[in-house]
Amino acid sequence: MPVLFKKNPVDIVFSVITAAASVSVLVFIVGILYVLFAESSPAIEKFGVVRFLTSTDWDPVRESFGAATSLYGTAVATAISLLIAIPVAIGIAVFITEIAPDFLKTPIGVAIELLAAIPSIIYGMWGLFTLAPIMADYIEPALQATLGRVPGLGILFEGTPMGIDLLTAGIILSIMIIPFTASISRDAFNLTPEVVKESAYALGATKWEVVKNVVIPYSKLGVFGGIVLSLGRALGETMAVAFVLGNNHQITSSILDAAATITVTLANEFTEADTDVYLASLFYLALILFVLSFVTLAVAKFFLLRAEQRTSR
Amino acid sequence: MTMQRKRKIESFVALSLSTIAALFGLFWLVFILGDVLVEGIEALSPALFLNDPAPPGMAGGGLRNAFVGQLMITFFATLIGVPVGVLGGTFLAEYARGRKIARMISILSDIMVSVPSIVIGTFIYAILVKPVGHFNGWAGAVALAIIMIPVVLRTTEDMLSLVPWTLREAAFALGAPYYKVIIQVVYRGAAAGILTGILLSIARVAGETAPLLFTSFNNSYFSMNMNEPIASLTVSIFQYAMGPYDTWHAQAWAASLMITLFILMLTILGRVIIRWRYGKR
Repeated sequence: MPVLFKKNPVDIVFSVITAAASVSVLVFIVGILYVLFAESSPAIEKFGVVRFLTSTDWDPVRESFGAATSLYGTAVATAISLLIAIPVAIGIAVFITEIAPDFLKTPIGVAIELLAAIPSIIYGMWGLFTLAPIMADYIEPALQATLGRVPGLGILFEGTPMGIDLLTAGIILSIMIIPFTASISRDAFNLTPEVVKESAYALGATKWEVVKNVVIPYSKLGVFGGIVLSLGRALGETMAVAFVLGNNHQITSSILDAAATITVTLANEFTEADTDVYLASLFYLALILFVLSFVTLAVAKFFLLRAEQRTSR
Repeated sequence: MTMQRKRKIESFVALSLSTIAALFGLFWLVFILGDVLVEGIEALSPALFLNDPAPPGMAGGGLRNAFVGQLMITFFATLIGVPVGVLGGTFLAEYARGRKIARMISILSDIMVSVPSIVIGTFIYAILVKPVGHFNGWAGAVALAIIMIPVVLRTTEDMLSLVPWTLREAAFALGAPYYKVIIQVVYRGAAAGILTGILLSIARVAGETAPLLFTSFNNSYFSMNMNEPIASLTVSIFQYAMGPYDTWHAQAWAASLMITLFILMLTILGRVIIRWRYGKR
């Protein structure tokens, strides 16, 4: 192939142009890393790495900043969202691949994927105006009255339910990532060879036993990749949570409390940062978020590629 | 017998739970879309498209500036992002086909597709806003373009790879140089797929808010100057929804409705093209 285009000068020019265009992706990745690192260097010098990651300070007046509160909010909101999204998404995938009659498979698949096309700001606004009041009036008081009474679990549900909290943010995030997880799991399930499933049926297995003992073990790499991909997405989701989290820098045991994630902190404070250290600390947060989500997404991609290779063999 | 019964019940329960999960997913779709539709239609009025924002709290304002700004930012983002993406995808699928570098860029692009868009906003702030000294429309367009490029690049690569290699060989046999084969044979064969990729990438960036917050920022006045801060629908929705006025909330719903309809239309159109060109998927 290379011999072909060396003959023609236009080909050399065209191949160089297209090469430059594709290398732009590399340039962005390296550029983002370099620029964020350079911009956050005042904060890195002042706070170091370990101190910044573990400090719960976020005080623009005293110019003392730490990432712990934002990291904690990100971790909790993401954990809640995965806890809800994983079972639901796998259920959806099972429904589409194994249960739904053929004429329903495509429409339901499309409908679930349309959920993924709705922009995150719509989720956020809907969360603020519609979901948050419902949470505050019905669901959160109900949780306090039931789970909140359970010894040990009670600390998770303390405080006045306002609807602007980690739980609401986690629920909205879960609605956002369900489509990703569901459609990747569906694709993974679909790769299970019919013959293998049929042999299990021939042994007298029920439908659920086929799913549990044949389909899921066969496709676990792909499903796991899908889950990690959703985790990566949830980490960096901004607008969906910016409306309903309250941007409150605190570490709280209750999921009915306002909190802050890295993304919410950036969205709310970036344009307001009035001192160099403040702005540098925000860049520092952005750098942490970039590295965190990049690594997560790379791991997801690794598993998805492994799953792909395994089935193509 | 009891064992068999137990297994059947277990199967029934598990399958029912999956069905409930699917209904749960659909429930949110209907709930969110229904809510946006109802609240949005209620707030729709000609003034929304024809007027610029009124002073805070006063009735009668519109979002003409944001509609125009959104179109301009998205248009210029497309103008930058699509050529780079299509050409980059061409390199991966043609000149570098099968090489390690192609595989690496392809995987990194997949990762870039999901990288938090707010991080790209901070990156552009550092290179295009801070040196200039003020927010500007170009920064917003470039931020969106950076989000578009990996999307377009990957779909282009996939679509070009679907064109059979024998088709290229037929053209080579006629003595055509590779660039002519790409432009006149491969691009034609993959045109529908590439177009779909472009439509979906526009749908992807049209709803982006986070990367615009600190790049194009916002502007309460009508402006078509890309060198100055420029309004966009998404940032206006954020500002209006978080604001204290009911008139603002109504306009935010109406703007959300318009954006959602636009994006769903593009997404469905993309699917229709793919289905029409490549058969059932």
